[in-house]
Amino acid sequence: MGDHHHGPAKGLSRWLYTTNHKDIGTMYLWFSFAMFLLGGAFAMVIRAELFQPGMQLVEPGFFNQMTTLHGLVMVFGAIMPSFVGLANWLIPMMIGAPDMALPRMNNWSFWILPPAFLMLASTLLMEGGAPAFGWTFYAPLSTTYAPPSVTFFIFAIHILGVSSIMGSINIIATVMNMRAPGMTYMKMPLFVWTWLITAFLLVAVMPVLAGAVTMMLMDIHFGTSFFSAAGGGDPVLFQHIFWFFGHPEVYIIILPAFGVISQIIPAFSRKPLFGYASMVYATAAIAFLSFIVWAHHMYTVGMPVAGELFFMYATMLIAVPTGVKVFNWVTTMWRGAMTFETPMLFSIGFLVLFTIGGFTGLMLAIAPADFQYHDTYFVVAHFHYVMVAGAVFSMTAAIYFWLPKWTGRMYNETMGKVHFWVSFIGFNITFFPQHFVGLAGMPRRIPDYALQFADFNMMSSIGAFIYGASQLLFLYNVIAAIVAGEKVSDEKVWDGAEGLEWTLPSPPPYHTFETPPKIEVQPAH
Amino acid sequence: MLNARALAATALLPLVANAQNQINMSTGISEAGAVITDLGAEIYGLHMLIFWICVAIGIGVFGVMLYSIYAHRKSKGVEASQFHENTRVEIAWTVVPFIILVGMAVPATSTLLEVYDNDDAEMSILVTGYQWKWKYEYLDAEGENVAFFSNLATSQEQIYNTDTKGENYLLEVDEPLVIPVDTKVRFLITANDVIHSWWVPEIAVKRDAIPGFINEAWTRVLAEGVYRGQCTELCGSYHGFMPVEVHVVSQDEFDGWMAAKKGAAAADAALAATELSVDELMARGENVYNASCLACHGANGEGGLGNAIAGSAIAMGGLDSHLNVIVNGVAGTAMQAFGAQLSDVDVAAVTTYQRNAFGNNTGDVVQASDVVSYKEG
Repeated sequence: MGDHHHGPAKGLSRWLYTTNHKDIGTMYLWFSFAMFLLGGAFAMVIRAELFQPGMQLVEPGFFNQMTTLHGLVMVFGAIMPSFVGLANWLIPMMIGAPDMALPRMNNWSFWILPPAFLMLASTLLMEGGAPAFGWTFYAPLSTTYAPPSVTFFIFAIHILGVSSIMGSINIIATVMNMRAPGMTYMKMPLFVWTWLITAFLLVAVMPVLAGAVTMMLMDIHFGTSFFSAAGGGDPVLFQHIFWFFGHPEVYIIILPAFGVISQIIPAFSRKPLFGYASMVYATAAIAFLSFIVWAHHMYTVGMPVAGELFFMYATMLIAVPTGVKVFNWVTTMWRGAMTFETPMLFSIGFLVLFTIGGFTGLMLAIAPADFQYHDTYFVVAHFHYVMVAGAVFSMTAAIYFWLPKWTGRMYNETMGKVHFWVSFIGFNITFFPQHFVGLAGMPRRIPDYALQFADFNMMSSIGAFIYGASQLLFLYNVIAAIVAGEKVSDEKVWDGAEGLEWTLPSPPPYHTFETPPKIEVQPAH
Repeated sequence: MLNARALAATALLPLVANAQNQINMSTGISEAGAVITDLGAEIYGLHMLIFWICVAIGIGVFGVMLYSIYAHRKSKGVEASQFHENTRVEIAWTVVPFIILVGMAVPATSTLLEVYDNDDAEMSILVTGYQWKWKYEYLDAEGENVAFFSNLATSQEQIYNTDTKGENYLLEVDEPLVIPVDTKVRFLITANDVIHSWWVPEIAVKRDAIPGFINEAWTRVLAEGVYRGQCTELCGSYHGFMPVEVHVVSQDEFDGWMAAKKGAAAADAALAATELSVDELMARGENVYNASCLACHGANGEGGLGNAIAGSAIAMGGLDSHLNVIVNGVAGTAMQAFGAQLSDVDVAAVTTYQRNAFGNNTGDVVQASDVVSYKEG
């Protein structure tokens, strides 16, 4: 601990100029929560329109703008920045570093995000409306047939990509260079491991996305024909490039979630994580496989049968390392001494629902069956089980788990448990019936539907309103904890929690580990 | 002798009859118990096989987890064990799932190879996706192709809740695709503008329709009946409003239908050579307008996705510029070139209709011969 402790600057300039990993982590988390509410509001419009058959509230074109913005805001605005925020807060504290390796770049990678999303949201007010081609923006719907606002969309994507790449380089540099002496790679907490691997994925694929949108820009404004067959290009090329980014992106979202769960389940089982080494290897295996399975999103585009077989087999293989992870978590719980505070409840919720999402993922991998599943609500149900019950539940668990450490104040446990149960039930009412309507033949991204889908859609909408409302309870609980929560005196807020961050005071001082901590026996897991 | 399958179907009738609650993939078996397509039934079987394997694994994993949650809780005073490794177990749960996956891959591969077996088709149909309708063209060995567009038949009143929704709401078209039973039909699938996807769940065909490329798919439907589906690739505002309706009929009925289609095409050609009365043109034009123009230009020509036609300078101005828009479309917009989609009579009729309906009252009458001479320049 140095003698030159100084606190943060006062007022707005603290946040604008800060290079402190805790401040930047906080800003990322609040920003992503704001985006979560915005993306959620778009989802509420979608579910309100789908409450009954027939067009009631919005026009079909606006409905498409809602589905597009919902996807973009949730993926790029809510989930990804929230995990970057978590990484900022936790990685230095977990590896015994004083801050991130590149603090000024850290500031920049956060502060370019709000303008990018402001620009994306402003397309709603533009002539021709916001992008309406889905978050996957397939050409030529997103090029020749796009509204003029597509150019702003492209610029926003570029900025988000730059932000993600800078954030990832920072994480890689921090983990590789700033670990406290004795903190070997195989002693790092699993959250750090998963983020390290995620950061490499991001650095590898965000430039590919940037390439895709740049080619779109060229097609739209500069007369090229990358994605237009009439000029010698190929619309399917767009899909290959997009999914070469898009599939690793799925793991970019879920790997840090795996890391969070691997911290929380041992803490509340009071037992070390089972199979630490195999968890690391499984994460690496998933990351590798994520690069060679992209075309399983494209089984119906008319690939040669050999291509279909390759992507089917490779995709099925992902079930092996993913299974290892699930088995390890369950075995970690086995013969532990469990308690069920809110973070543990959300982690168990994650475990159950993510596994269901994994099962439907395996079903979707089977190419001949996918001809029936593809682009139906079955797919919508599948990816919400992994995105919401996977990424968002784990993020929620993480907030409840580390909030007392960050703020030195405890949230209201009863309210947390209510939040969990309402979320869990609301989530399942929303998305479970979507498996049924999808199998029964309801395509995704339609504003109106045939009458046999009416009952389940109404159920889905009711569930969505419940799930949406429960997030306001979460917001209240967090704010109430920060403002007036009961103070926690203990460094170790949870008696089973292990790791360097739990050796710091609650809340930790503005600067931590200015002198590297001594790594004792086995703090990692 | 009683057919066991029919018996089972009868027992399930109360469930099946309530289409309201269909919760699973199309079985490939009709309600009467007949196989609709072998491939569809096989895909359903594969789907259920994978599903039950997942259920079994799920019961195992969740069973262990729930027991652990029940038994290994601190409130019961248990002491946490500290084990955290077991190489043998870890190898087992890597190898066993792999073997299960191989077991899934074998039937999946053979079914996939069948999906891709486009050989020996007895007839070919070119399916073209347009924003927002399908065009079907029967490729004929003698070059006498029969082609027509298939538009949503559900009324705007039903969609906007001012009329009771019919049984086949959003799944009905003005002109369905008709194919003969027990015939291997090859579909050549492409698109004119953006990517669409042609899907009929009950006959297990889904393939993307991609502008500039032609995809292949096939079916052999064994049970006569009506099968419905939808576009399954987001293709713009009215993606949800371009259904597919397939009528599978006996060979005789198909031959009759085909002859009638050819006759109608000949009659249209003949009609183009005659003068029609204003009333005939207006009546025909209204039908054409409702099928081809209404989605964008509104039921009363008030506009929407497209410009207003009521009171528009184009519809009330010079005839040539009006025909130019209809026949050639407007580049860079969603306005398509209808000269290639509609017969000359229909272009004449809809032009007449637009120039006299919605209060435009220009009094102009456009005949097919006018359209022909416009096209010839």
